[in-house]
Amino acid sequence: MSEHHAVAHHTEAHAHGHDHHGHDGHHELGFIRKYIFSEDHKTIAKQFLVTGIFWAIIGALLSVLFRIQLGYPNADLTWMKPFLGKWITEEGQIAPEFYNALITMHGTILVFFVLTAGLSGTFSNFLIPLMVGARDMASGFINMLSYWFFFISGAVMFVSFFLATGPASGGWTAYPPLNALHDASSGGVLGVDYWLISMALFIVSALLGGLNYITTVINLRTKGMKMFRLPLPIWAFFLTAVIGVLSFPVLLSAAILLLFDRNLGTSFYLDAINLAGEPLANSGGSPILYQHLFWFLGHPEVYIIILPAMGIVSEVLSVHSRKPIFGYTAMIYSLLAITVLSFIVWAHHMFMTGMNPFIGSIFVIFTLIIAVPSAIKVFNWLTTLWKGDIRLNPQMLFAIGFVSLFISGGLTGIFLGNSSIDIRLHDTYFVVAHFHLVMGVAAFFGMFAGVYHWFPKMFGRYLNPTLGYIHFWGTISAAYLIFYPMHFEISLPRRYYTHSGFETFSDFAHLNAFISTVAIISFALQLLFVFNFFYSIWYGRKLRESNPYGANTLEWTTPLRPGHGNWEGDIPEVHRWPYDYSKHGRDFIPQTEPLSQYEIEHGEHGDEGDRDIIKKEEDENHKG
Amino acid sequence: MAVSIHKRFIVHPYKFNMWIAIVSMVMIFAAFTSAYVVKKGDTKTWADIQLPQIFTLSTIVIVISSLLMHAAYVSFKKGALEWYRGFMTLTFLAGAAFLSMQIQGWYTLVAQGVYLTDNVAGSFIYVISGAHFLHVAGGVIALLVFSIRSFTRYQASNIEAMKDTTINVEVMATYWHFVDILWVYLFFFFMLNR
Repeated sequence: MSEHHAVAHHTEAHAHGHDHHGHDGHHELGFIRKYIFSEDHKTIAKQFLVTGIFWAIIGALLSVLFRIQLGYPNADLTWMKPFLGKWITEEGQIAPEFYNALITMHGTILVFFVLTAGLSGTFSNFLIPLMVGARDMASGFINMLSYWFFFISGAVMFVSFFLATGPASGGWTAYPPLNALHDASSGGVLGVDYWLISMALFIVSALLGGLNYITTVINLRTKGMKMFRLPLPIWAFFLTAVIGVLSFPVLLSAAILLLFDRNLGTSFYLDAINLAGEPLANSGGSPILYQHLFWFLGHPEVYIIILPAMGIVSEVLSVHSRKPIFGYTAMIYSLLAITVLSFIVWAHHMFMTGMNPFIGSIFVIFTLIIAVPSAIKVFNWLTTLWKGDIRLNPQMLFAIGFVSLFISGGLTGIFLGNSSIDIRLHDTYFVVAHFHLVMGVAAFFGMFAGVYHWFPKMFGRYLNPTLGYIHFWGTISAAYLIFYPMHFEISLPRRYYTHSGFETFSDFAHLNAFISTVAIISFALQLLFVFNFFYSIWYGRKLRESNPYGANTLEWTTPLRPGHGNWEGDIPEVHRWPYDYSKHGRDFIPQTEPLSQYEIEHGEHGDEGDRDIIKKEEDENHKG
Repeated sequence: MAVSIHKRFIVHPYKFNMWIAIVSMVMIFAAFTSAYVVKKGDTKTWADIQLPQIFTLSTIVIVISSLLMHAAYVSFKKGALEWYRGFMTLTFLAGAAFLSMQIQGWYTLVAQGVYLTDNVAGSFIYVISGAHFLHVAGGVIALLVFSIRSFTRYQASNIEAMKDTTINVEVMATYWHFVDILWVYLFFFFMLNR
């Protein structure tokens, strides 16, 4: 036993010795070190969250603007002229170049700044040390750098909005040749350079964050926290980081080559181009090469977005249905399978590039195989809910909403994954509906579930539940009202500035107006959430108990407002998996509680344990 | 149980961080070199470029620098301060020599008529060796810091203090061996894929 103790102490010293912030020798830090250049993972998580919210508002606002254009193409927007200047034409319309910039920046901001940095950055930072039982990340300094690289990346992107020629406008994928030429579009003059530099900084941020997450999960788990005792969010964050570390560098390479093509005259992606009737000197390059490099990141990126949401939802569903997560190990293996498969499906974004149909069919097969682990996860979430003692609080509603959206959006993925059908559906609103449901709104729901669930741990107060209910029911209705009809716009090409010039598209005018109206209402609902968020930080109902939900995981063993170092005394030791809910007649058994004499840990003898043993134990308790 | 905890700490978190960072750097160069291979496969005008002689020399220099780095690490661990100072400074000098040889190599390429924008083959050589150059330059700056500190921070009187910072030298050595192996890979890659 003494040996155990010595080792445990050694671990703590290791975990923290290099950070100069020992929990014992706690000295008050100044405002700047405490709130701005903080190395505390909890503060960094909040920085990521607030920055993510900022970007979410901007990104959503952009979508409102282009939805106005799509839904009400003839509306007079002269009143916006004071804000948007020349981006509103003389006739009071959104300028076509501006429309392109809007959709480009909407995609970029939501995919990278909100659903990667805002989601992964927030919850990986906040939960990994708290849930694995560590004082902080492996390196607090690198963690801090990760946030500030993200901040600078955002600043560069933000500045690009104010360029005279506008921000990048060639789509969030920044395909060459359009984005490789300065004179092919107004956003291409300078905006794309800002975009590329911003992305490069963002990649550095994602890598610095990711390597910390991986190292912390592998190296700094508390005593007894085996990999197969980790809560599912941690598995999800861990694998998300693995995907990021392997795929983001490839995007960096792609971006560097594109920067060279744009500014130094190389021809990596350019070949035989005429611009405004004049042939360019470039030869020997291939735009398809960029697409391969881009989607080698781009596809894993969607799993970078969805895996953390999956992990959060698994935890919330289990805690608030007072039942063990169904199929814990199957969940982990599904996450692993998704991680591996995510790297060998990228070309399903490129069926239209004229690729060899045989190669295409290989990518079809892998794409369809990914549906298997996804379906296993859906099954397990539903069976976790089955006969649960369900608490329908906002976080639970958002978690259930996630499952609903993931199913609805996932089903259309099976259509799109088939190359023969995809050739018909490619670049239509069917695709837009698919990915917004399955990884856009669904990931947002996972994020909301996480915010509502861990808000008390983050800020020591609760979010207002009434506003939460309004937020949930409004948002889920809006999500379906917006994206369900889009599935019928199967012949409507995406990214078009206007559909009013084509007789064949005129049937959709009313539908588009309807979608746009709902989108605007939905935006207002999100502002309600933002209000709730900031109001509750200062004025919400106070958290008075350390474990308000009766959850098993370690973050609820910390003090109400944990300081840097998380636990005041020793880090608690872990003795069991995190999902012992409603076991042996008890509501919940925290991970820190040792197994009782006859108890068998989950996974060692089937999920339910041995009836005889349970009986023996009950008898024993009765006597004692 | 105790054993398994010890096992986890066979790798120090800092070093583990470096390994994962190396994985991501490997991915950068994997992307570059696979782009090179793909491009070479579908371009009819691929130029056959003779690598400058000095790249062979710079390869030898960086391999030697890696050996020096290891010697520095070993002497640090033994607490042989004088040897550590010597080897660390030599590693730094070898690294700096490598950088200047790379620059000379680029001049030679230009003299051969290989320009950045002329042919994709040449563009790739400049971009890939340039990206590697930046990685080495970062390492050389770190080596300079280590060399200076070997004189300022450690004295024979506080040899014990050295022991606590072994991990820093270890991480430095890990990185330096990585950029060394990376260059050897790139060198042979360029040679075999002309």
